[in-house]
Amino acid sequence: MPNTAISVSDLSKKYDDRLAVSHINFEVPLGTVCGFVGPNGSGKTTTMRMLLGLITPTTGQGHILGEPIEHPEKYLSRVGAMIEGPAFYPALSGYENLMVLAKLGGFPIERVQQLLDKVGLGDRGKSKFKTYSLGMKQRLGIAAALLPEPKLLMLDEPTNGLDPEGIQEVRALLRDLANDGTTVFVSSHLLSELEIISDYIVMLRKGEIVFAGPIGDLMAQQQPTIIAKSLKKSDLARIVKIAKEAGHHAVIRDDSVHVLAEMDWAPKLNKAAFDAGITLAQLAPQLPNLEETFFEMTGDK
Amino acid sequence: MFNVAKAEMRKLRRPTLFFGTIGAALFFTGLITSFIYLMIDSPQGNGDRGRSIGRDVLELASGSVNGFASVGGFLGIIALCVFAAQTAQEYTYGTLRNLLVRQPSRMKILAGKFVSMALFALVMITIAAVVSIAISYILAPGANVNTELWFTSDGLDSILTTYVNVAISVIAFGIVGMILGLLLRSPISAISLGVLWLLIVEVLLVAVRNSLQNWLPGIQLSTIASGGTLDLTYRHALTVGGLYVAVGAVIASVLFVHRDVAN
Repeated sequence: MPNTAISVSDLSKKYDDRLAVSHINFEVPLGTVCGFVGPNGSGKTTTMRMLLGLITPTTGQGHILGEPIEHPEKYLSRVGAMIEGPAFYPALSGYENLMVLAKLGGFPIERVQQLLDKVGLGDRGKSKFKTYSLGMKQRLGIAAALLPEPKLLMLDEPTNGLDPEGIQEVRALLRDLANDGTTVFVSSHLLSELEIISDYIVMLRKGEIVFAGPIGDLMAQQQPTIIAKSLKKSDLARIVKIAKEAGHHAVIRDDSVHVLAEMDWAPKLNKAAFDAGITLAQLAPQLPNLEETFFEMTGDK
Repeated sequence: MFNVAKAEMRKLRRPTLFFGTIGAALFFTGLITSFIYLMIDSPQGNGDRGRSIGRDVLELASGSVNGFASVGGFLGIIALCVFAAQTAQEYTYGTLRNLLVRQPSRMKILAGKFVSMALFALVMITIAAVVSIAISYILAPGANVNTELWFTSDGLDSILTTYVNVAISVIAFGIVGMILGLLLRSPISAISLGVLWLLIVEVLLVAVRNSLQNWLPGIQLSTIASGGTLDLTYRHALTVGGLYVAVGAVIASVLFVHRDVAN
């Protein structure tokens, strides 16, 4: 039994002369929730498609649940997926659409109604797919991905179009699945959501891996910021000078000074400001969140 | 493969698709069969392209299926449209990726789709055969056509033979639709190109050079349905038409199996 749900080595995909994914390497341990993040066009969906056998890699290897990706028939019966949004037959109802997939995969048809209930579509199952809102379509996509009772669930932007309540439900659902042993590999542009539910992060930029590993390791690598606000705006430049004289990088942003420094330097800044006759209105150490870390690492902001 | 076929059946039995297709088949069957009897004495002819089908022909043991054989080409075009739409829509709706995640064997997907659509075509052909023979039987007395030989053993043999020929022809048209759907990946493009070629381009080409009818795919497949014509033998049509379908099917299957699913 492998320890990894997904293992990728030197995986690349080239379209004509454009390298969509470039020699990426990462592993996702079994039973974790792994966030897959990257700007639009960074190669997330292409990577997911390669892992599902929909497109052939140009180079490299990958293993899903211990099976090589060249043989998707060996692992796809244990994998649920929703790639690039929910795609269904508009003239069929949600129930009929799931029945098509249940018949195709040879899954028990009783699961169809159970899953519709689970994703909150129990009373709209008989309505045609084309009448669904974007949020309902997303829910149906998640239900379809859950049909095989997957060991690995791969979801591409599952919270697109969901209201805050729906996002919270999906978050709880994914956490429950992970607690039951399902590995969840999920991409989302809502980084705050991924920060809450993910154990692992794979960060992609322009087809290359920027970071892959436990989210704790990623955040520990980031330098904390001390945010200082003075009573007088004119004192902000003087605070920057104090920080720079102490050897720290500091900038003025949104009427406050952001100093890259360890938390324990905050009392020293407080004293230095007091000695210089500056009254601080706020002094708060702050760890960067995933979104800030993401922008820092991908250099996209 | 059977799971794929069962899944496809759920899509094909959708009322608008099922009754719409059967309705179109019945419309052409009723129209063409009725013309043969109602226009039997017309100087413009009562058959395909102004040909006359006389009482002597209709009174033969094979008379009951003249209308059914004549409508074979139209049933083929309907099959082409249905097969093309059902295949190409998987690309336009993006549902192909769902199918391939649940059934990674692309050949099984194709085979299952083909089996279900072929069964659908057989249902359409059977209904058209029954309706055409019934209309013929009802209109024959009014057109002074004797039906005495129609249901003899020779007559039943003719019905069976014509049914098989029409089925081969219609399913072959359907395969052409599937090929176009796989190659063009758009229902509108696949149907437009198929229908344009069969109803306009081939007719114009034959009008310009008559000998081309020996080699044009649509004419071969229509000739199979009618069991051969004065200009084209059944064996020739079956061989040339079969070659077109086989080569097209191999090319489309190889492309489908190896092509990336990137939409």
